[in-house]
Amino acid sequence: MSHADTHSHDYDHDHKPKGFVKRWLMTTNHKDIGTLYLIFSLAMFIFGGALAMIIRLELFQPGLQFVQPDFFNQLTTMHALIMVFGAVMPAFVGFANWMIPIMIGAPDMALPRMNNWSFWILPFAFTMLASTFLMDGGAPAAGWTLYPPLVLQGGHNLAFAVFAIHMLGISSIMGAINVIATIMNMRAPNMGYLKMPLFVWTWLITAFLLIAVMPVFAGAVTMLLTDHYFGTSFFDAAGGGDPVLFQHIFWFFGHPEVYIMILPSFGIISEIIPTFARKPLFGYVSMVYATAGIAFLSFIVWAHHMFSVGMPLGGELFFMYATFLISIPTGVKVFNWVSTMWKGAMTFETPMLFAIAFIILFTIGGFSGLMLAIAPADFQYHDTYFVVAHFHYVLVTGAVFAIVGGVYYWIPKWTGNMYSERLGKIHFWWSTISVNVLFFPQHFLGLAGMPRRIPDYSTQFAEFNMWSSIGGFAFGLAQIFFCIIVWRTIKGKGTTKATSRVWEGAKGLEWFIPSPAPHHTFQDGAPVNDGHLAHVSSH
Amino acid sequence: MSNTNNNQYYVPQLAKWPIVGSIGMTLTAVGAATYMNNQLDSPIVMYLGFATLIFMMFGWFGEVIKESESNMYNPQVDASFRMGMVWFIFSEVMFFAGFFGALWYVRNMTVPWLGGEGTGVFTNAELWPGYEGVWPTNGPGNIGGKFELVDPFHLPLINTVLLMTSSITLTIAHHALVDGARKKVIGWLIATVVLGAIFLFFQVEEYIEAYQHLDLTLKSGIYGSTFFMLTGFHGMHVTLGAIMLTVITVRMIRGHFKPESHFGFEAVAWYWHFVDVVWLGLFIFVYII
Repeated sequence: MSHADTHSHDYDHDHKPKGFVKRWLMTTNHKDIGTLYLIFSLAMFIFGGALAMIIRLELFQPGLQFVQPDFFNQLTTMHALIMVFGAVMPAFVGFANWMIPIMIGAPDMALPRMNNWSFWILPFAFTMLASTFLMDGGAPAAGWTLYPPLVLQGGHNLAFAVFAIHMLGISSIMGAINVIATIMNMRAPNMGYLKMPLFVWTWLITAFLLIAVMPVFAGAVTMLLTDHYFGTSFFDAAGGGDPVLFQHIFWFFGHPEVYIMILPSFGIISEIIPTFARKPLFGYVSMVYATAGIAFLSFIVWAHHMFSVGMPLGGELFFMYATFLISIPTGVKVFNWVSTMWKGAMTFETPMLFAIAFIILFTIGGFSGLMLAIAPADFQYHDTYFVVAHFHYVLVTGAVFAIVGGVYYWIPKWTGNMYSERLGKIHFWWSTISVNVLFFPQHFLGLAGMPRRIPDYSTQFAEFNMWSSIGGFAFGLAQIFFCIIVWRTIKGKGTTKATSRVWEGAKGLEWFIPSPAPHHTFQDGAPVNDGHLAHVSSH
Repeated sequence: MSNTNNNQYYVPQLAKWPIVGSIGMTLTAVGAATYMNNQLDSPIVMYLGFATLIFMMFGWFGEVIKESESNMYNPQVDASFRMGMVWFIFSEVMFFAGFFGALWYVRNMTVPWLGGEGTGVFTNAELWPGYEGVWPTNGPGNIGGKFELVDPFHLPLINTVLLMTSSITLTIAHHALVDGARKKVIGWLIATVVLGAIFLFFQVEEYIEAYQHLDLTLKSGIYGSTFFMLTGFHGMHVTLGAIMLTVITVRMIRGHFKPESHFGFEAVAWYWHFVDVVWLGLFIFVYII
C-alpha cells in the first residue's frame, strides 16, 4: 500500500504520463527512452547469448552432436548481428539518452519525437530478423559480414535481413542525428565544448561515424538485394562486377562500426576511473584529440579485414601501416587512464573493477589486433579462431565490460537504489574469470590453425575447445546473475537508498540532481558552475 | 509577440506518430520481402505499409507545422531542426557516395583486372580469354546481351539544364520570401516544381528509350547495374524533393512562413540543391566520362 502511495506521489510530482501505452509507447522523455533502449539491449544480449551457448555446446567436443552445419552457420551469423546491432549499439544509445542531456544540462534530447521513433523501430526490425529462423532455408548463414556470393545462395531470408538492416540503419542515423543536435545545440550556457564530460565527447564523435557509415552499409545491402532479386551484377564477375567490391564497401562501414562500438566505452571508462581514483582525468584534452584521431583513422584502414583476398601490394602495405597508426591514439588513452590512477586514492567498487578489467583485457584485444594488422602474419591468422579471440576481447571484455561497468556506475542514479556491492563483486569476478577461460584458449586454437565458423574440428583442438565451452557456459550464467542483480536493484530488494552524489569522488552535473533522477531535469536551463564539473578547461 | 511561452525549449509531451511509422515501415518491409520471395502473390501488404507511412507523415508533419505556426518553437528548437536536416543530408551524401564508390571501383579496378591488367593476367587468360576489359561493359559473360549507351548530350543535357535552372528559380523564390513578396514566391516555387516534374518526365522517357531501343536494362551487367541504380536512386530523390516542394508551395499559399523564420522552406531548398549536386556528379561520371 505504501508502495502504491509513493508511486502516485511520484507521478504527480514528476508529471509522468499515466498508463503503459502513453508512458512507454508514446514517450518523448529521454530517460524513459534510455530505459527502453537499455532493457531492449539486455533482452537482445540474453537472446544473442543463448545462440552463443548453442554454438559452444556444439563445439564442446569434436563431431556433430546437436546441430547441423547449416544451422550452425545461422547461429554464428545471427549471434553476431544480434549482439552488434541489438545488444551493444542500443546499450550505448541507452546510455546516451539517459546521460547526455543530464551531463550537459539540457532539458531533454533535441528532437524528442524522433528519439522515440529511433527506439521503436528496433523491436520491429529484430522481430523481422529473428523470424527468418522459422522460414524455409532458415536465417542468414553467411556470417554477419554477409559476403556474396554465399549470402546470395540462401533461402528467403535475404530480403528480410536486408530490410531489417535498412530499418536498423534508419534507427541508428536518427539516433545519431539526435545526439549531435543535442550536444551541439542543447548545452547549458556555461558548458563549453572543452568542459563536457568525456562520455559526451566520445558520443559526439561516434554519432558522426554512425551518420557517415550506416548509409554506406544500407547501399551495400541494397546491392545484395538487387543482385539476388533484380538481376544486377554488382558482385558477379561474369557481369563485370566483383565480390571483393562488397567486401570493400562492407568494411568501409564495418571498420568505423567497430569503433562505434568502442568509443562510447572509452567514454564510460573515462568517467568511472577518475571517480574511483579521486583524481581528475589525466590528459583530458589529449583524450578528446585521441578519440577524434581514432575516428579519422577508422575511415582509412578498412581493407585490413581483407588482406588475404588478393589486393595489390601497395594496398596491403598502406592498410597495414595505417592500421598500426591507430595504436598511437589508443595508447594515449590507455596511458591516460593508467596515469589517472597513478597515486590516486583508489577504491575498488564494482564499476571500478570492471573499468580496470576493461583496461587490461581490452589492451590484450588491442595487441592481438596489432598482430592481425601485420599483413604477412594475417595470412596465417585470417579466418582462424585467433580472429574470434581478438574481436571477442575487444567486444566482450571491451564494449560489454564497459557497458556493465557503466550500468553499475549509473544505476543508483537511474533507480535511486544502490545495487548490492557484494553481489556486484561476485558478478565481476565470476565474469572476468570465466570470460578469460572462454576466450583466451581461442588464441591458441587459432594459432594452431582451427578455422572459425565451423561446427566440427580436428581432435587436436578438443581440449582447448572444451575449456572454452566451460568458460562460455559459466560466463553465460554470470549474465543471468547480472539480470537478477539489475532486477533486484530496480525493485529495491536488498539495497540501500542512493544519495544524490552516490560516489564520494564523483564529479559532473548528473551527481547534483537527486537519485533517482527526476522525470524532468533542467527544464529552465541548468545552473552550471565550474565547481560541478570534472573538467574545467584552462583555455 | 506570441500567446505561448516559448522561452523554454519545447519538449512535446507525447508522440503518437512514431509507433504508426514503425508499423508502416514493418508492413512495407514484410510486404516487399514476401512479394519478392513469391511467398505472397501480391504486394498488397507493401502498399498497406506505404499508405500507413504516408498517413504517418501527414499526421506527424501536420503536428509539427501546427506547433510551428502557433509560435511554440523558439530559436533553439529551430537550430535543432536545422542540424537535423543538415546531418540527414550528410547521410544521404554518404549513401550516394557508396554507389559512386562502387562505380569508381569497378571502372578502375575490377574491369581492368578482368581484362588481364596487373595480377589478373592469368585469370583473364584462363577464364575470360579475349575479354578486353574496357568501359562501358556488361562483363566477360556479356550479361544481358549487347547494349548501346544513352547519348549524354541529348536528354541528359536537357535534364541538367532543367535541374540547374530549377535551383535558380528556387533561389529566386527564397530571396522573394525574405523580401516578403509572397505572390512572387509562389510563382517561382511553382516554376521549380514544374521544372522538377519535366525532369522526371524526361528521365522516364530516357528509361523507356533505354529498355526499348538501346537494350540497356538493369540486367546489362555492371554498366546497367550502376547506371540504373545511380540514376534510379537519384530519380527517387528528385521525386521526393518535388513532393516536398509541392508541400511548401501549398504552405505558402496557406500563408505559412515568415520572412525571418521559414525553416521548412529552407530545409526543402537545401534538399533540392543536394539533389541537384548529385545530378551533376551523375552527369559527369555516369553519362559523359
